[in-house]
Amino acid sequence: FASSASFDFNPVLLHDIAPADGPPSSGTVTSEEAIKYYTQMQTIRRMELKADQLYKQKVIRGFCHLYDGQEACCVGMENAIEGTDDVITSYRAHGWTYVRGIPVKEVLAELFGRDLGCARGRGGSMHMYADGFYGGNGIVGAQVPLGAGLAWNQKYTNNGGISISIYGDGAASQGQIFEAYNLSKLWKLPAIFVCENNQYGMGTSVDRHSASTEFYKRAGYIPGILVDGMDVVAVREATKWAKKFVLENGPLLIELKTYRYHGHSMSDPGTSYRTRDEVQSMKKTLDPITGFRKRCIDAGLLTADQVKSIDKEVKKLIEAETGEALSSPEPSMDGIAHNIVKGGFSKKKSIFSLNGVIASLSFSSHLERKKRHSPNRYRPRSLSKSDLATLTAHMSTTSTCKRASRASSGVTSYLLNQQKICESQFPSTHLRNP
Amino acid sequence: KQVFVRDALNMAMDEEMERDEGVVLIGEEVAQYDGAYKVSRGLLGKYGENRVIDTPITEMGFAGMAVGAAFGGRGMKPICEFMTFNFSMQAIDQVVNSAAKTLYMSAGRCECPMVFRGPNGAALGVAAQHSQCFAAWYSSVPGLVVMAPYSSEDCKAMLKAAIRDPNPVVFLENEILYGRAFEVSDEVMDKNYVAEVGKAKIEKEGSDVSIISFGYGVGISLEAAEVLQQQHGINCEVVNLRTLRPLDTEAIIKSVKKTNHLVTVETGWPQCGIGAEIITTVMESDAFDYLDAPCNRVTGADLPMPYAKNMEDEANIKASDIITSVLKMKNL
Repeated sequence: FASSASFDFNPVLLHDIAPADGPPSSGTVTSEEAIKYYTQMQTIRRMELKADQLYKQKVIRGFCHLYDGQEACCVGMENAIEGTDDVITSYRAHGWTYVRGIPVKEVLAELFGRDLGCARGRGGSMHMYADGFYGGNGIVGAQVPLGAGLAWNQKYTNNGGISISIYGDGAASQGQIFEAYNLSKLWKLPAIFVCENNQYGMGTSVDRHSASTEFYKRAGYIPGILVDGMDVVAVREATKWAKKFVLENGPLLIELKTYRYHGHSMSDPGTSYRTRDEVQSMKKTLDPITGFRKRCIDAGLLTADQVKSIDKEVKKLIEAETGEALSSPEPSMDGIAHNIVKGGFSKKKSIFSLNGVIASLSFSSHLERKKRHSPNRYRPRSLSKSDLATLTAHMSTTSTCKRASRASSGVTSYLLNQQKICESQFPSTHLRNP
Repeated sequence: KQVFVRDALNMAMDEEMERDEGVVLIGEEVAQYDGAYKVSRGLLGKYGENRVIDTPITEMGFAGMAVGAAFGGRGMKPICEFMTFNFSMQAIDQVVNSAAKTLYMSAGRCECPMVFRGPNGAALGVAAQHSQCFAAWYSSVPGLVVMAPYSSEDCKAMLKAAIRDPNPVVFLENEILYGRAFEVSDEVMDKNYVAEVGKAKIEKEGSDVSIISFGYGVGISLEAAEVLQQQHGINCEVVNLRTLRPLDTEAIIKSVKKTNHLVTVETGWPQCGIGAEIITTVMESDAFDYLDAPCNRVTGADLPMPYAKNMEDEANIKASDIITSVLKMKNL
């Protein structure tokens, strides 16, 4: 039985960094840390599998992107940074939401669209937030300039922290990412850009979507490292090193080579663009959880019994949290228009935002009232030729149509066409005015 | 005191930057060049390169970073200048999907106190890609506050309000107005004077027709109102909306009830424009009962802005368009 052990990991590849200055090739893990990382990874795995199950039972709706297979990435990074550091990621956000401090039940309740959800049912799978965690962004690549902005905030406010922006290999060719690289380097921001390379952008493999698949070299002028994203200790050590690096030198790219077990989303069985054998062999040989478990047991950090009891505890926890999330009510309709804007509009807020709804609800009674007040004025009458002439004259002397009709014959024919439409469709009440 | 619009904007930023260290200005040519339209003149010298920051011509990147910096909180309030709002199209995803929606999506956890500002609407002689009004686009987005100032008073008092507002504010200025001077009262010149968000301003009281407009259209409306008064004895009320989201429906309804006639004026395109919104607002309210004639829209022509001067003049709104519209409405 050991209280700590040193783990070697796959060599880290460097871009524009001298080997002596690069991250270490091994890291020490204590038995407490072993328990923590294992529990965190296993919790995410079980949570995602539960989500898979409940999605198929139609408890979860819409988009749902699962993180199983990639657990070592967020657990490794989170255990290298502080609460004062900022993190933003893509729509594959459940794991990060959990490690940034949101309990499983609140992640699941968010997926279920319940009041207990961490965004009270307003965000769903792709939009979860925590302190120091800014989502969950549904627009591929858009989180990267936001993350660079968080790094700018860290620097401007002298907060002492860094920001980590995570994106997938599929997003790595998005133009705005290169805009963020450029500004971060110019301003020497404490920004880590992490490409979680899970080998597929939706269903397009890296070699089919990227002219260069060395994502850690992609910024050219920004140094980068390639790290084994299936090894939680490698990720932790690289991130620790990277945090120090970016605080001193400005931005850094990290490519985490990892693998996504599920399809891109729940609507993707994930088998048309890759083989079942590939997924199976990844699970068998590179799984981040079984790999870490084996190493911890071999090193005497964990016993087989301990592992078994953690597994049992996690299972129990997930079941209990699922039950709690399921028993949470749907969010109260009272709050549907809250938090559209902050402060300011006070009571008007809900009326303002629900303007259309309220207006249409009150319209019929409004019409009744008008009929009562001026019955003759609202008697329907059909559109005559002279009405149409009035209408045409009216249209051609007001609004844009005047200028448009004079400006080009194309517009004139457009107008004539509109007349024809008017002739056939114009509602009779429209010309009520004498 | 006579104050140029560009100086009023400059004063507003200057005063707010002095008041609040979290306020920073970021954009193309805002620092060393003094602003493409000289709106940020002198701010670099006063506040240094940490707070007045030149960017490359990459709107999506720097607008996204400004939003991210606002998300980070810790007191930071970026002002993101678009050299013109035409270029904000490059970044509109960050404005709409990131800035406007995150407060709601995060159930109030993640705030975005910032301002997107720059000239909007038709400029002169720059053709279709650089002459366009985005008021209708942005004002349709829940989560944004959208302001469109007209005079120097508007610019100073409203930009200060925008910077202090806890929400993402889209602040639509006008290039043609930058070089125009307006009388500004001592009260407004006071650095503690801030306009109220969401309140329209009656620029000219009147009893016969409501002309409701915003930004550049207000000036043309006032011009038309003057002619209508002098030559036709029609007393128009000119309402300057100032804020387009939230729209001051109360002021619109009140004015229409008073005058029983409504003409809306805007420089942008007609379809799904602010005019359409104002008129629908009236239709859906009891002000409809007070109308004595169908409402009219005066808008820019429904075409990409042509370059040739004669065509451009024809495509832009003029006082005579408003006058014709009002006379027709009054059966004159």
